[in-house]
Amino acid sequence: MELTINGKTLQVDVPADMPLLWVLRDVIGLTGTKFGCGIAACGACTVQLDGQPIRSCVTPVSAVAGKRITTIEAIGETAEGKRIQDAWVSLEVPQCGYCQSGQIMSASALLAQNPNPNDADIDLAMSGNICRCGTYGRIRAAIKQAAGAPAVAAKGA
Amino acid sequence: MKTIDPERVSRRDFVVVIAAAGGGLLLGCRVDGRRSLPPSVESVDSAPPAFAPNAFVRIGTDGVVTVILPQAEMGQGVYTALPMLVAEELEVGLDQVKVEHAPGNDRIYANPLLGFQATGASSSVRGFYQPMRQAGAAARTMLVAAAAQSWSVDAASCRAEKGVVTHVPTGRALTYGALAGKAAKLPVPAQVTLKDPKAFTLVGTPAKRLDTAAKVNGTAQYGIDVRLPGMKIATVAASPVVGGKVAGLDENKAKAIKGVRQIVRLDDVVAVVADHMWAAKQGLAALAIQWDDGPNAKVATADVVKGLDQASQKPGVIARKEGDAPAAMGRVTRKLDAIYQAPFLAHTAMEPINCTVHVRKDGCEVWTGSQVQGRARATAAEVTGLSLEKVVVHNHMLGGGFGRRLEHDYVTQAVRIAKQVEGPVKIVWTREEDVQHDVYRPYYYDRIAAGLNARGKPVAWTHRLVGPSILARWAPPAFKDGLDGDALDGAVQLVYDIPAIQVEYVRHEEPVLHTGFWRGVGVTHNNFVIESFIDELAAVSKQDPVTFRRALLGKAPRARAVLDLAAKEAGWGKPVPPGHGRGVSLMYSGWGTYLAQVADVKLTDSGEVQVQRIVCAVDCGMIVNPDIVKAQIESGVVYGISGALWGEITLKNGRVEQSNFNNYRALRMNETPPIEVHLVRNGEAPGGIGEPGTAATAAALANAVFAATGTRIRQLPIQKALTRQ
Repeated sequence: MELTINGKTLQVDVPADMPLLWVLRDVIGLTGTKFGCGIAACGACTVQLDGQPIRSCVTPVSAVAGKRITTIEAIGETAEGKRIQDAWVSLEVPQCGYCQSGQIMSASALLAQNPNPNDADIDLAMSGNICRCGTYGRIRAAIKQAAGAPAVAAKGA
Repeated sequence: MKTIDPERVSRRDFVVVIAAAGGGLLLGCRVDGRRSLPPSVESVDSAPPAFAPNAFVRIGTDGVVTVILPQAEMGQGVYTALPMLVAEELEVGLDQVKVEHAPGNDRIYANPLLGFQATGASSSVRGFYQPMRQAGAAARTMLVAAAAQSWSVDAASCRAEKGVVTHVPTGRALTYGALAGKAAKLPVPAQVTLKDPKAFTLVGTPAKRLDTAAKVNGTAQYGIDVRLPGMKIATVAASPVVGGKVAGLDENKAKAIKGVRQIVRLDDVVAVVADHMWAAKQGLAALAIQWDDGPNAKVATADVVKGLDQASQKPGVIARKEGDAPAAMGRVTRKLDAIYQAPFLAHTAMEPINCTVHVRKDGCEVWTGSQVQGRARATAAEVTGLSLEKVVVHNHMLGGGFGRRLEHDYVTQAVRIAKQVEGPVKIVWTREEDVQHDVYRPYYYDRIAAGLNARGKPVAWTHRLVGPSILARWAPPAFKDGLDGDALDGAVQLVYDIPAIQVEYVRHEEPVLHTGFWRGVGVTHNNFVIESFIDELAAVSKQDPVTFRRALLGKAPRARAVLDLAAKEAGWGKPVPPGHGRGVSLMYSGWGTYLAQVADVKLTDSGEVQVQRIVCAVDCGMIVNPDIVKAQIESGVVYGISGALWGEITLKNGRVEQSNFNNYRALRMNETPPIEVHLVRNGEAPGGIGEPGTAATAAALANAVFAATGTRIRQLPIQKALTRQ
């Protein structure tokens, strides 16, 4: 099967029903995408498929062939991803950090679709991502900061 | 690789519990400041450093300062706060510091407050405040001495700053890197002079965390991210009932799945070893394991509660006694009695439990995230039969700990499995396995009573708390005279000025679930009981909850100060809209931190509790990094809201009924209120900060719900208690 991940095309020999999460983590070795629940209930495994946030733990790899997959390892190469990461650093969002890959993938997809999200937009986009360290307040503030930040020239974007 | 001294922690170094005296959870004897720091051990991962004056600091000829972190980073910020203490005394910038996880070693990296290597009880900064400063100061003293020797000048005429020693009169300068080799040949000073805290330039500032960059770009390494050449991946099913055994399984079906390599069947757990998690998961399902459930096959939550209730009828061991409370109770104008209950809780850290192990004939390596690295090492040695020095534990970032990773059950299990596997194997629990095989916060059952005089002032207080002793299992020497200082934490320190107080502890074990520490530990349960009950007393006395508490805080100025600050910042006394309520709680414990919390809640038309706003005032004494302190309070409150509103693990037929985030609810973005944290700055000794926010939350919410609805919550979780009405 041919996959396009972070701008690179690669071949993988895996079962068609294998969730993308395990292909990324156990076969390709992109461990930035995290396993949290396996049932699309926590958002830790969020990646972007043609710019849309998806839960890779329930997405069969056969459903993503031929589409553009972006993971945390490359989200900083997009303008929104870079702004989100910078805001995350600036406001010291992460604590244990385990859910933050998924949070950042959801937040950067939100920003790409809605450059000025209000609180309700943020709730809608981010409520699928659980953080047990409770960084929600800082995530909200960081999304707003990233939205208000002047556009930066992102590497490769 | 040089071996690490395997000597186990001695009895003399072990813990002394001070429970009844209100001195806190555990006090060891290693914080006297006179003992010298442990000597350096060579890193298991890198070449010998140029200069390693003690176990916490290494400086290379390139000038890079490596701080070896004895504690586990699980979000609470020790990866930054402890290096700040070293850097402050060493006179380097935080940007000159690299951090490395210490190997598992109970002797060299023992937590001074606990007596062995453990990250818990909000003790990292409290325990390592002096040792980390001493480590930095010793290194700096030796570097300055080395420079002075090079120039044949008096060390007093030299100054260290930003990793450079300067001879002040002549302006000559040498970097730490250039001095490292020479400093390494000097004797380690027995005594060092620490900086006056007034001269701190780094400690006390909101310095940027050192782990943030790796946590926003996917490069941070958690135990679950370990990848080794030839490594297999396994997932497991342990008996769903405590004490059960494997009765049968269908190996052929599982082995037919592509990628499945091996089935490991032990008496109480089965593992499917595969090329990847997907094959392992499918293989496990295909096994269709049958279980012999054993003696707990029929247990339900109600059975546990019945046992606790029966135990609560008998007197317990007295933990605190002021005056004669039972006698005083006979003379009061009005007496209030209540039974409070707090359920079993799971931790659900975001990173599911996992452990990677490679067992060889001559050694064993373990890669994991543990709050007890030394115990992980010891259990691997025990299971393999290897000597301690042949076991290496590589600790990683923890994707949440919350007390779950203070247990080493998963390391024991992983090593038992790995013994049957050729080459390294990473064992990853599914979320279902994680929820159903947790080491749960115990179910607690409390009988509490108070007597009021004619003016509505409490004059007698009795509190009998019933539950298992975690310490008796986890740190046996700490369970003394029938008292568990953790179970009693926050109860024995009752700060209110009441002339007759009696606090009793009834140890009652219900061995149908494994129980252990949960964020906020004993205080989380006791604070809910006590601060709810104080609120009951205020209500029957027809007094404002803040005014009522305040009048009883004449002997507790730090507690009163945070209560005043929280009330002021929250606008206490200002009216709330209909259907809303405002509640308060006050937190005190052995952590040496005081916290007051005001919660505003709203009840929706369907009866759902929505938290609108949380205001906290915190006095944790000396603050190392105020932004990390704030983050920890925000974090603790969110964890506390999930637990208080919805958290409950229940049993049916011996099995845990909850399994994943769909039925064990965690607070989400759209449900999270604004959380304000106001810090009191003073020079008191540093107090714990990881847990107070959690501990204070249930009572503040329950009291706010009472204000909104008139319903008193005596049994958690809150939402279920309201439904029961």
